[in-house]
Amino acid sequence: MNFDFSDDQKMLRDQAHKFLTEKCTSKTVRAVLQGSQGYDRGLWKQVAEMGWLGTAIPETYGGLGLGYLELCVIAEELGRVLAPIPFSSTVYLLVEALLIAGSEDQKTKVLPKIAGGEIIGAFARAEGVGPVTPKSIRTTFKGGKLNGKKIAVVDGADADYAVVLARGSDDPGERGLALALVDLEGKGVTRTPQDSIDPSRKHAEIKFDDAAAEPLGKTGEGWQLASRVLDRAAILMAFEQVGGADTCLAMAKDYAVNRYAFGRPIGSYQAIKHKLADMYVNTELARSNAYFGAWALSTNARELPLAAAAARVSATQAFDYAAKENTQTHGGIGYTWEMDCHLYYKRSRELGLALGAQRSWKDKLVTELELSNAA
Amino acid sequence: MDFEDTAEEAKFRSEVRHWLEENAKGAKGDGDEMAERTDKDFLARARAWQAKKAASRYARITWPKEVGGYGGTPIQQVIFSQEESKTNVAGLGGPFAIGLGMCIPTLMAYGSKDAIERYVGPALRGEEIWCQLFSEPAGGSDVAGLRTRAEKNGDTWTINGQKIWTTGAQISDYGILLTRTDPNVPKHKGLTMFYLSMKSPGVEVRPIKQASGASGFNEVFFTDVKIPDSQRLGEVGQGWQVALTTLMHERLAVGGGQGGGLDVKELMGLARTLELEDGPAIKNAAVRERLADWYVRSAGLKYTTYRTMTALSRGQQPGPEASIAKIVVASKLQDLAAFAMELEGESGALKGEDAPAHGAFQMGWMSAPGLRIAGGTDEILRNIIAERVLGLPQDVRVDKDVPFNKMPTGR
Repeated sequence: MNFDFSDDQKMLRDQAHKFLTEKCTSKTVRAVLQGSQGYDRGLWKQVAEMGWLGTAIPETYGGLGLGYLELCVIAEELGRVLAPIPFSSTVYLLVEALLIAGSEDQKTKVLPKIAGGEIIGAFARAEGVGPVTPKSIRTTFKGGKLNGKKIAVVDGADADYAVVLARGSDDPGERGLALALVDLEGKGVTRTPQDSIDPSRKHAEIKFDDAAAEPLGKTGEGWQLASRVLDRAAILMAFEQVGGADTCLAMAKDYAVNRYAFGRPIGSYQAIKHKLADMYVNTELARSNAYFGAWALSTNARELPLAAAAARVSATQAFDYAAKENTQTHGGIGYTWEMDCHLYYKRSRELGLALGAQRSWKDKLVTELELSNAA
Repeated sequence: MDFEDTAEEAKFRSEVRHWLEENAKGAKGDGDEMAERTDKDFLARARAWQAKKAASRYARITWPKEVGGYGGTPIQQVIFSQEESKTNVAGLGGPFAIGLGMCIPTLMAYGSKDAIERYVGPALRGEEIWCQLFSEPAGGSDVAGLRTRAEKNGDTWTINGQKIWTTGAQISDYGILLTRTDPNVPKHKGLTMFYLSMKSPGVEVRPIKQASGASGFNEVFFTDVKIPDSQRLGEVGQGWQVALTTLMHERLAVGGGQGGGLDVKELMGLARTLELEDGPAIKNAAVRERLADWYVRSAGLKYTTYRTMTALSRGQQPGPEASIAKIVVASKLQDLAAFAMELEGESGALKGEDAPAHGAFQMGWMSAPGLRIAGGTDEILRNIIAERVLGLPQDVRVDKDVPFNKMPTGR
């Protein structure tokens, strides 16, 4: 049994931890949260210089070619400090979409620039309120032109390229969908920032009006390709969520030890102890599910879709619980702007919705169970 | 990352498989928990299997060879248990789990050389069964609040009092017994540990009928029971430290594995066959949501065990994540079983063969309250995680410096 990261991978995690603790404080997060900048450019540049953006990009495309386990440990550390950079949009979504569906030309053109930190990505799915379903996609991609509107696109205003889920044929169902790769600086693209619950990660509306785009994979495969990209991103994002949950637990613990009420530390009351114990239990379960996801991702295992759904649901639940109960443990002060509790509360929900809500992932999880008969 | 054995582990596993194939084949097994089985036929089979394991040094993998163990590593113990659990003799180790898991390790740590020589072998071979006599009516979660008195006269102690929740007392030959020897000092300081024969005059065992109807636990009454001072384990007044040794072994012994095998797979099986108002239960959104909720807890636990095994395989101490199993398993079982009964509707009120799925969910639901309490309640386990894993301060102890006989006792 060798179900843990290697010493080298742990060393990489420690280095990432050290770097981010220093360079990405809550001040860094707040600057983006309160400012007009879409992300922290200084941090993004340094992250690129260290090669993190190309961690899982093969060397032939200018990456480090290290692998997904390495990317997982970096993701956990980014999540721990709420790094306000377009890492997930670029690395988990655009890179994976290109690796899965991109032509040789597309990969050669875009991947090296991503690894170098020159290109930011986004993944545009939602068009309205409610879950993204094949039927809900009305944006069209025909004759190399995109027409329609996407909303709540994370990093949409800052991205250079977006992967767009659109209707490529007259088939109104899943079979009519296609993925398109669009240069967002091109003609016919209008981007409008949208307010979001977590402004440390910016969202935007993107309108396409005869915008030129390239197909990413075949028409008819769009839904299935998007699904595969989301699976892979969900596992990586689960590590961010586990990292975030970990920080919440550490914050709550620190406060519970030092805050006195009725003549004793509040951490000596069982009402607080049991809450924190539950945070710990949920986070460990999520970590273990994320580990299984990491294994599936790194080996391209048959179990990947099930592992992804489980990692996603488990990590979303753990981070949600840890973030809200961390605030609760802090009491009134936890609800103030100056404390960091709200940063995590906001991010936990933002990540929980970014790749689709739990409802959809739970349904998918059970579908995978039905298929695998492995429950 | 992978799930493979190391070369050494693979070698050991194949050795064990080979041995099990030769020795467990044809042996009549029983998957039931010991709590439900104490009859003669079952015990005879259990003892025979235990003796066979002991003869090949497999009865206790991590014990040194000198005392009859295999002299192996914790991961080898895990491998043996995994392979044994695949055979039909898996349930036969039950009667000896507490003795070998908790009592004998305590005896080995604190007993005399003679005592170790006398008792370890027979326990290992299944010839003698041991029980643990700690909990009392007034000392469950607060075990140090126990009241059973031991008074010394010359070289002999006289025991009076009552124990409760004693697993296997009705089939045990010996027990380790925690007593109060000095009520004039604070509770943790006045305790002393002994071992004794359960056949001693004045020992009376009465099985407790549980809420489920089964009787795995007992009350044990002590009336002027005599124990020679030579059967004391540790110093007078040192009983709490000795008990901690035992309880440490309990946590290693208990771990996961409970839940009666009732999990998401079984619930899915039921949901596939059931028709709800709007179609098959498996297609119902509420059912699917709950299935996913329990699946992530179940899978999370499974992979947490893999992490623990990885640490063992690397020769490291497992992390504290190993402590979460019982909290997760017991309450999941309770909720999942109750939900299954909800799906069954009015027929969910039936049990046994009259119930859907042979009453599996009813049985699980009925055993869950016990699981949430036995071996540390959910609340005590959360305290342990909070205090020992997270490092939160202990609760204020109003009884800490108060002599035991001055403590308020309530009803």
